[in-house]
Amino acid sequence: MKLTKEDVKYVADLARLEFTNEEIDRYVHQLTDILEYEEQLNELDTSNVAPTAHVLPIHNVFREDVVTPSLDREKALMNAPEQDKGCFKVPKVIE
Amino acid sequence: MDYEIVIGLEIHSELDTNSKIFCGCSTTFGAEENTQTCPVCLGLPGTLPVLNKKVVEYAVRAGIAMDCKIANFSKLDRKNYFYPDLPKAYQISQFDLPICQRGDVEIEVGDYKKTIGITRIHIEEDAGKLIHDSGEGTLADNNRCGVPLIEIVTEPDMRSAAEARTFAEKIKSILEYTEVSDCKMQEGSLRFDVNLSVRKNGTKELGTRTEMKNLNSFRALERAVEAESRRQIFELERGNRIIQETRKWDDDNGESFSLRSKEEAHDYRYFPDPDLVPIVLENSYIKEIEDHLPKLPWVRKKDYMEKWNLSEYDADVLTVSKDTASFFEKTVEACGDPKSVVNWIMGDISAALNEQNISMKDVKFSPGDLGELIGLINKKAISVSIGKQVLKQMMETGESPSKIVEKSGLSQMNDEDELKKIVLTVLEKNPQSVEDLKNGKEKAIGFLVGQIMKETKGKANPQVVNKLIKDNI
Repeated sequence: MKLTKEDVKYVADLARLEFTNEEIDRYVHQLTDILEYEEQLNELDTSNVAPTAHVLPIHNVFREDVVTPSLDREKALMNAPEQDKGCFKVPKVIE
Repeated sequence: MDYEIVIGLEIHSELDTNSKIFCGCSTTFGAEENTQTCPVCLGLPGTLPVLNKKVVEYAVRAGIAMDCKIANFSKLDRKNYFYPDLPKAYQISQFDLPICQRGDVEIEVGDYKKTIGITRIHIEEDAGKLIHDSGEGTLADNNRCGVPLIEIVTEPDMRSAAEARTFAEKIKSILEYTEVSDCKMQEGSLRFDVNLSVRKNGTKELGTRTEMKNLNSFRALERAVEAESRRQIFELERGNRIIQETRKWDDDNGESFSLRSKEEAHDYRYFPDPDLVPIVLENSYIKEIEDHLPKLPWVRKKDYMEKWNLSEYDADVLTVSKDTASFFEKTVEACGDPKSVVNWIMGDISAALNEQNISMKDVKFSPGDLGELIGLINKKAISVSIGKQVLKQMMETGESPSKIVEKSGLSQMNDEDELKKIVLTVLEKNPQSVEDLKNGKEKAIGFLVGQIMKETKGKANPQVVNKLIKDNI
């Protein structure tokens, strides 16, 4: 599978990444290489294999519905670049 | 109108657990901003989510109540998108293997019944709350991040605003009866998204649909359906095409507007969450939950009609809310007189609740107290009108009716000798009415009874008084 510049830009946009033209060219090649490598898997017949939901053979790891202490607000907000009125402050979101 | 409206709903409901879906933070509504968060629900690096057992149980309960197939194997997936109400930049949800699928819910709209298909019910985490009113930025309160939700998705089976509303109300009632959610709409515990399209009558193919988000009340849902179907028909009549898009309903102005944001081009890149292992449910577990499912409204309704001879209307009204139904049942147990209980609950009590704008849950007295009040009336210790006064005091103070009766000296006067004295005095004072009554003016008796009631502060037994008047003129 050959990727285009547009594919790379689209994926970069979804991940909120900005690249120069040179970087985009590089990633077109690198990502194409990775995908082509992975395409080897398609040679296997997996029609009778259930899709993997998890790599570990375990299931049903639960916790009881019990309340445990939360962080103090000061601690919760400690890493916030900006805060106001006890909240995380972010650039204005226009609805 | 020669168009048919086609509606499907997505209903989000917050589950009534104590703690969040993947961490131990409290889910209590209304706490101060960001006081119910921890490294897990804030999405700090290196933390691991662990699924709350109750969430699985509640989802299965809801699924059984909606006649769904419960999955023996399901898993959790990441839904990726950037928005400031989502600290991890992904929501943990379920993609291709939801916990419940293919259910049915029957609704009754006016004089017809109809079955609405449930496509799926899946579990997921709620996002935080954004506060937009501050000047130059947006504020994020993450208390709601990680509050457990189920999302119920229907087939496009509804054909009118009334059907959509009735269905939504039915879902609310099911979730309340199964004790899966408190469904407090003013707290956002139940929220609706509407998928709607229109097509010319007789057309097989579905029209292009729009999705409307942000509907937090039944009224908003109904109005949004009406407005959006009108808008689509108007566009089609003018030869325009409907654009598939997400619209936001503005309930204050009664109109919707397009959300033409970049996020519109949905590309969530779902993939199985490697931090969480699959959920495997044995049939024995599902059966266990089914066996302990609280009685559903339609089962209770049938019981009321068959066991206690209630009219369909009465049974319907009583089973709208679980609190009312439970109160009704317990009161009947206490006094054994279903008909009276119906009259009190649907009459004076619901009038008082409406007046004070409270619900059955907030009533200060117990079903036992109401049963006792009915008992007092039935054994003629007090009259019905005194009973109404006693009820008023019960609503105010929560005191037991016998205590109120005793304290205020409200016991009914049944003693003929005692009443006779009062009757004779009143007859003496009102010769004109006595004369009228003798001349066959039956109305006059009402006046005389009224006077006697006044003298006895309403305590006189009206039947005895009527008899005494007739005997003594």
